[in-house]
Amino acid sequence: MPALGADMEAGKVVQWLVKPGDQVHRGDIVAVVETEKSTIEIEIFQNGTVDELVVPEGGRVPVGAVLAHVTAREPASVPGAAPVATTATPAGVVAREPRGRPSQTEVAPTAGRHALVESPLVRHLAERLGVDLDAVQGSGPGGSVTRADVERAASAPPKESGHTVPVGARPSSSPFARRLAGELGVDLAALRGSGPGGSIVEKDVRLAAAAARPDETTAEQGALEDRQAAMRRAIGALMARSKREIPHYYLSTTIEVSPAVSWLGEVNLDRPVTERLLLPVLLLKAAARAVRRVPEMNGFFVDGAFVPSEAVHLGVAISQRSGGVIAPAIHDVEQLSLDELMVRMRDLVTRARAGRLRSSEMSDSTIMVTNLGDLGVDSVFGVIYPPQVALVGFGRMREQPWAENGMLGVRPCVVATLSADHRASDGIRGGRFLTEIDHLLQEPGNL
Amino acid sequence: MTNDEALQLMRSVLAKVAPEADLGEVAAGESLQEALDLDSFDFLTFVIGLAEGTGIEIPDRDFAKLATVEGCVAYLTSAH
Repeated sequence: MPALGADMEAGKVVQWLVKPGDQVHRGDIVAVVETEKSTIEIEIFQNGTVDELVVPEGGRVPVGAVLAHVTAREPASVPGAAPVATTATPAGVVAREPRGRPSQTEVAPTAGRHALVESPLVRHLAERLGVDLDAVQGSGPGGSVTRADVERAASAPPKESGHTVPVGARPSSSPFARRLAGELGVDLAALRGSGPGGSIVEKDVRLAAAAARPDETTAEQGALEDRQAAMRRAIGALMARSKREIPHYYLSTTIEVSPAVSWLGEVNLDRPVTERLLLPVLLLKAAARAVRRVPEMNGFFVDGAFVPSEAVHLGVAISQRSGGVIAPAIHDVEQLSLDELMVRMRDLVTRARAGRLRSSEMSDSTIMVTNLGDLGVDSVFGVIYPPQVALVGFGRMREQPWAENGMLGVRPCVVATLSADHRASDGIRGGRFLTEIDHLLQEPGNL
Repeated sequence: MTNDEALQLMRSVLAKVAPEADLGEVAAGESLQEALDLDSFDFLTFVIGLAEGTGIEIPDRDFAKLATVEGCVAYLTSAH
């Protein structure tokens, strides 16, 4: 059971997607695990054959427990992939290693990632969309197939309607529906979905449960409340630990974003709605690039010392519709173009909301960004996610009076804030970091 | 597109963006983003859904017209 976030202590196997005898490839999604906060798709980190599923569906085990035995076909390590037990490596050992400890392999430069013909995520996407990868022309580095290539290939044949289930995709059900079905003892396979594309939604499960057991509507209510309470406890425990252990300092600066806003306006003018860029993407990219100048913001505080990270894996705080916040990582953000970052963000927000995040996204962010401003506040002073050492907050974009060169005008502005760990840096470096973000945003075309 | 078709499209797009959102609880002139807690990515996904569901190309400057239920209905019904 991998640690899917610093606040996770145990997880429940909701679903196995493989069975003994199955061949698995690194990056394949082999199971769905439910934590206090969300449901996460568990990726396997190497090629091999599944020997045994140790934890049955519905089983709840602590972080570090063996989920399954896999006979490795070849040694391979994917940065950030989930530790699923292998017979070659004692799983307990692999899985109990603290997540986020920046070993050389975990924060290794990204050359390896891009050198792959296609990433696991791309392969998974292709599978889901029913795209044959051999038939796709790669536009990525070294002719590799990128996510965009797959999406283009998937959308190439004219769609009859927006609601067809892609060929090869399993009939979908929302994670919430799956969870509910588990709690209520409803067999999803026997249901007919009424959601988009025939997917099974909450209502279907509740109706089926009500039909089977008309008197037990309160039981499900109780289970939901338990889950909410467990989630609040998990968030509370991690944040209390952060406040107890991390000597936070806080800084803020107001950034004038009219260059960014007008640049976006020009860029978006000629684009179809699907390729539109949003301001938060510029903010994220600027934060990731500013780390280069002030590396003390990026990395982990472990065993009494700060260990900077070479790569920038940006944790993005995303609010969940069921309540709570989840913070998946976007890997190697400074190497992504704004367009790529926009695609990743849209995908990530969608999957976070749908409870379809993957294990490799849950473990290794090196710095956190929160963008609460989207929902209306001017500034946010966050609580650092241990073992990280900094959290950047962006508030709402607002027009405000702006004095410059003795003249007063009205400009769009964003308040950027920094919560940083005094064990890793001082205020002057934190200030340098925010200033660098400001500078980068003044030339959005170079981001 | 009729009023009902526009509302139906909005509902089916919202079901993907914000599955628990109930359009019936949003007043006609209320901000969709605020009423349904949609962030800018959610709202963009919503607009993309409307564009794909109708085949209408929705330019940047028209986003503001889609801020409310009545705005969306007016926009979608008059677009063809």
